[in-house]
Amino acid sequence: MRDTTSMLPLIVRDLRLEMDGRTLLDVPFARIQNRQRNVILGPNGAGKSLFLKTCHGLIPPTSGRIEYTLPVSATEVRRKQAMVFQKPVMLRRSVRANFTHALAMAGVGWYERRRIADETMAQFGLSGLADSPARVLSGGEQQRLAIARAASLGPDLLFLDEPTSSLDPTASRQIEDMLDVLHERGVTLVLTTHDLGLARRFADVIFFFHNGRLIEESDAERFFTQPETEEAKAFLEHRLFW
Amino acid sequence: MQQDAIPISSILSLLTGDGGNFLGIILLSLQVTITAVTCAGLVGLPLGAGLALVRFPGRTVIIVLVNTMMGFPPVVAGLAIFLLLSRSGPLGDLGLLFTPKAMMIAQFVLVLPIIVALTRQTIEDLWTEYQDHMTSLGAGRLRSIPTLLWDARFSLVTTLLAGLGRASAEVGAILIVGGNIAGFTRTMTTSIALETSKGDLPLAMALGVVLMSLTLVINSLAFGISRVGARFSGKS
Amino acid sequence: MLRRTFVTAAASVLVAIGLLSAAEAEDRFITVASTTSTQDSGLFDALLPAFTAKTGIIVKVIAQGTGQALDTARRGDADVVFVHAKAQELKFLEDGFGVKRYPVMYNDFVVVGPKSDPAGIAGGKDVAVALKAIADKKAPFVSRGDKSGTHSAELKLWKAADIDLPAVRGEWYREIGQGMGATLNTANAMAAYTLSDRGTWIAFANKGDLGIVVEGDKKLFNQYGVMLVNPAKFSTVKAEDGQAFIDWLVSPEGQSAIAAYRIDGQQLFFPNANDPNA
Ligand SMILES: Nc1ncnc2c1ncn2[C@@H]1O[C@H](COP(=O)(O)OP(=O)(O)OP(=O)(O)O)[C@@H](O)[C@H]1O
Ligand SMILES: [Mg+2]
Repeated sequence: MRDTTSMLPLIVRDLRLEMDGRTLLDVPFARIQNRQRNVILGPNGAGKSLFLKTCHGLIPPTSGRIEYTLPVSATEVRRKQAMVFQKPVMLRRSVRANFTHALAMAGVGWYERRRIADETMAQFGLSGLADSPARVLSGGEQQRLAIARAASLGPDLLFLDEPTSSLDPTASRQIEDMLDVLHERGVTLVLTTHDLGLARRFADVIFFFHNGRLIEESDAERFFTQPETEEAKAFLEHRLFW
Repeated sequence: MQQDAIPISSILSLLTGDGGNFLGIILLSLQVTITAVTCAGLVGLPLGAGLALVRFPGRTVIIVLVNTMMGFPPVVAGLAIFLLLSRSGPLGDLGLLFTPKAMMIAQFVLVLPIIVALTRQTIEDLWTEYQDHMTSLGAGRLRSIPTLLWDARFSLVTTLLAGLGRASAEVGAILIVGGNIAGFTRTMTTSIALETSKGDLPLAMALGVVLMSLTLVINSLAFGISRVGARFSGKS
Repeated sequence: MLRRTFVTAAASVLVAIGLLSAAEAEDRFITVASTTSTQDSGLFDALLPAFTAKTGIIVKVIAQGTGQALDTARRGDADVVFVHAKAQELKFLEDGFGVKRYPVMYNDFVVVGPKSDPAGIAGGKDVAVALKAIADKKAPFVSRGDKSGTHSAELKLWKAADIDLPAVRGEWYREIGQGMGATLNTANAMAAYTLSDRGTWIAFANKGDLGIVVEGDKKLFNQYGVMLVNPAKFSTVKAEDGQAFIDWLVSPEGQSAIAAYRIDGQQLFFPNANDPNA
């Protein structure tokens, strides 16, 4: 079901990122499909976070291109995507103000901001925390706030960098529920994780990174049953033996 | 008058007797200092934030200059402003020399570099934390300045207090540009200098104690506000 | 809520400043560049209220050394100069910065020194003899060194005592470049001799071990003069009000106010506006 109004799929071509003479990313080709749940796997330091940031436009690549299907302006691209960081940034303000600030930056008007903020908080069970300072929230609450805040911007494409790391099972579950809601809403999700359980339950497509290179991009089903590369095999086995 | 003890009684008689005059000196000191620091804040906070975020050629040179200016000798600043404001100087027509406004200008000049330098440091640190988030929201460096200033507000209170400290303790510059005229440009610090030169050391000391108490009160208030506020907004 | 508190606080501070500034209305005033000795002795505090009450003119006094006071006037930053160094005053007139010099009053200088009196000059009546003894014994002496009237009087006294100061000066002779009060504080701390005007000396509260060692010599008399800064040089000079102040100082009323000023029962300044040679 091809959505003709979406700027997706996003296509990455010949992407290279070099810093201090090191090649940190080398992705000849990658395609992020509309409305799919894309999960990026790989060991620590494989380049997962850098890949997300580069796709999101925070880091300019050394060479290569990131293309959208529709010819869209840079501002529009920015408006239609959002990102949740590995260490969520909490403004030194109340939870509600964290929402209204993000919405204000996105150009949403004064009353509309408060309405959307309250609505989103209600949706994701954050209403009770609305007036708490964001920085005293627990790690799980902060993660939920970060995701809900990104969701309140109404993006078509949402990047999430390890949204469940260092959370207990219940909190992880809550995050997963949030992701399901967003998926059902039609948001295209790209996330990294070290939680293979989450990846199995959640992923439509797996991207496997190793040493900065994208070495496998396949259907989740196939990736977990018959991984193509030795590296992916080893990665999965180590994990499974845990 | 004997001079050995720190004179509680002279402090009391200062505050009660001959009140109008003394109160006037305190009010003038506060007016000059607060105006100077407020203006320096209004100019220095955005300037410091801009210096933290905006890249332009010569930026490092300016940062080093501003940091150096933090230690600018007040008398030199005072002399420079004196020469500017003197009737024979380029701004002589304004008739500002030997007025409270001249003292405000002098303190403004002394305080501004402190506020700019400390603000730059604070905002630069906060920016490393916020950069990804702000960029992700599509806010460039310039558009992030208000967000950063607001979120750094509790550190910036300390910055303003540092400026207030320098301004309220200053005597060299305001003595030169204000002239220490009784009832017009006589402040706490210039009074202390004057009483010392009259050899009335107990009175000078008493004035010093009053000045320090005032500074203590202002600092406690500001510190209290910023502590409570900081707890409220969860800055650990 | 917090934001509102902050905004309110900031706004009230600004309003307060505005009110304070408004209170500082534009009064009718003149600026007088004068010497630390007149201010530190308290003379102005006694004289000015009477003048202001009579004329409605407020007098703002900048107290500096005589040299600095004349410089301030030379830059056009004062309306009237009231100092005590006749030669410098005449030079000021000659250069066209002043209109006319009026003698007002005199006081006298005294040599003060520590009780231990290392130069052995206490009780002397001849200042030349005393200074010679100080120089011979290399007894510590604190000089204003600030181009003030007192400083130039001191230099003249060394010369009158036939002492070539540049040749004999050494560690014992300390120039501190500050006002009379600071000089007395230093002399007290160092147990040194110094030259002071009598007014500042009497009013000075931190005498410690210091006392008068030489007084009463005619050479120690110290004449004050007052001049209007030339309005032809600086259009900003408030000629009319400045002249009113001068006229009042030399009037019988001003002269008797000067004579009436006393500290501890001692008269400090002796009016002599009518002495044409002063
Ligand atoms: N700004 C940078 N400059 C230089 N090297 C960097 C920079 N950012 C990241 N790297 C390096 O790039 C490599 C990939 O980093 P990245 O953060 O993408 O790893 P990751 O796959 O997200 O790892 P993890 O699972 O631990 O989060 C690492 O070796 C890191 O040291
Ligand atoms: Mg990472």
